[in-house]
Amino acid sequence: MPPFLYIFLGALAIVSALGVIVQRNPIHSLLALIGTLMTVAVLFIGEDAVVVGFLQIIVYAGAIMVLFLFVIWLLNLQVEAGPTGHLALKIFGSVAAALLVTELFFILTPPHLQVKFTHQPAGYGSLASLAGKLFTDYLVAFEVTSVLLLAAVVGSVALARKLPGTDDPRVARKIAS
Amino acid sequence: MTIELVASAIKAILMIVLGLNLSLFLLYFERKGSALIQDRIGSNRVTITGIGKRMGMPNLGIINTTIADPVKMFTKEDFIPAGADKFLHTLAPFLALFPVMITFVVIPFGDTISIAGHRIGLEAANLNAGALYLLATIGLGVYGVALAGWSSNNRWALLGGIRATAQMISYELAMGLAIVSVIMTFGTLNLQEIVRGQGGVWFGFLPRWGIFVQPLAFILLLVAGAAESKRIPFDLPESDSELIQGYFTEYSGGKQAVFMLTDFAEQALIAMLLTTFFLGGWQVPWLMRDGFHLPGGAFLAVPALVVSLLGVVAFLVKVVALCIFLGMVRWTLPRFRYDQLMRLGWKGLVPLGLFNVLLTAFVVVATGSAH
Repeated sequence: MPPFLYIFLGALAIVSALGVIVQRNPIHSLLALIGTLMTVAVLFIGEDAVVVGFLQIIVYAGAIMVLFLFVIWLLNLQVEAGPTGHLALKIFGSVAAALLVTELFFILTPPHLQVKFTHQPAGYGSLASLAGKLFTDYLVAFEVTSVLLLAAVVGSVALARKLPGTDDPRVARKIAS
Repeated sequence: MTIELVASAIKAILMIVLGLNLSLFLLYFERKGSALIQDRIGSNRVTITGIGKRMGMPNLGIINTTIADPVKMFTKEDFIPAGADKFLHTLAPFLALFPVMITFVVIPFGDTISIAGHRIGLEAANLNAGALYLLATIGLGVYGVALAGWSSNNRWALLGGIRATAQMISYELAMGLAIVSVIMTFGTLNLQEIVRGQGGVWFGFLPRWGIFVQPLAFILLLVAGAAESKRIPFDLPESDSELIQGYFTEYSGGKQAVFMLTDFAEQALIAMLLTTFFLGGWQVPWLMRDGFHLPGGAFLAVPALVVSLLGVVAFLVKVVALCIFLGMVRWTLPRFRYDQLMRLGWKGLVPLGLFNVLLTAFVVVATGSAH
């Protein structure tokens, strides 16, 4: 990837990331977040991590953000007219943010962070190499994760399931009792 | 290097223009084809200064309908309702159209062609992860529709948007599973390689097309594709009888035309995907690089350039035939109820797709090779 393209995409990612927190309308924030995810995906693809880049678009931009959209609609989030919250909270938040920025600045500048450019081996980032790693070196972790996700799916179905004879979901009954 | 770049740009533009033209063809089919199916005359009032009449025809048919409809729409008032989110309301049609248009560029429409000593592959972008690219761009199509529904500040539009979102993410799963089983069969994500893998014959006469190996996946992709393009019987998001026009109730003029174009382009895209994965793409039955090897053992030599062009023609014929088939389905079936739609997606197509993936895996492992 040529350096100017890298810098352009990086700047775009940062600007759209700022858009996520600066905007008052939750839907606009969501769109900015999609923009960030897409830009990062293009960066991945440009750095030869093609499969990771496309998976980022399919999973995050294409599916999880749709879920966010549904949650925003479901909670009926409105545009915030102005900054809200207690004064102490604002002061504490500003100080914490300033500390975080200082910390990041020291960590991410040259004496601590050594940037090395290396050439990737042939076939790096392809589906074959990714799948090879996933199904040999990291097979146990991969399988355990899928079992974990299955458990989560079964759990959420069990929680949301309506009991025969009642209209209330089970979770509502449990909270009430 | 530069010649390849220029060729890629030209091919990408060609593919997008092909998609747009197929959309116009589908628009024509929507007007006149539907009339044919329902024993009506259809739109018959537009003539270009009476030329058609003077020549003894009622009108110029395809030219008139395809020009008249867009011109009429683009000259109408572009209305943004009060209380709408102006920015998103304007952005939404293009967010819907863009992913479809960029998907056309990975579809291979021919083998290779030799022009002035350069061998040019007839696909705009030969991506090694082409199938992943497809799934990624198709998945993004949902935002235009969802945001159109939300930004209109209209309950029918919002209901249409929510329906469209739920429908598209549900049927994307079935679609993905169908594509996964095809990928497993051919052992590659590269669409051009998948089409090449469908060359040749079995038993001396049957073309090695994907539909004969993966008939279930073909049906899955056909149904899920029809649902993704939001056409009848899956047009719940824009069901006129309940939601006026669904997610684009509040759109008029050019922007509404863009939404209609998106629907038609999606239909054309589904036809191209089905052709690529299951009908052998640009493969002509029994045609090899050197000529026709007919089943009886007869051989007919054909020049290389003609072979390349025949491939492109075969691709176009298959795509147009599938477009007409999808259009006929649209004008034949009644609309589903919403719960039927969800049941079909989650309890019908997804388990079938999973079963098909498992079956394909067993067969691939048992036979020890892909395809």
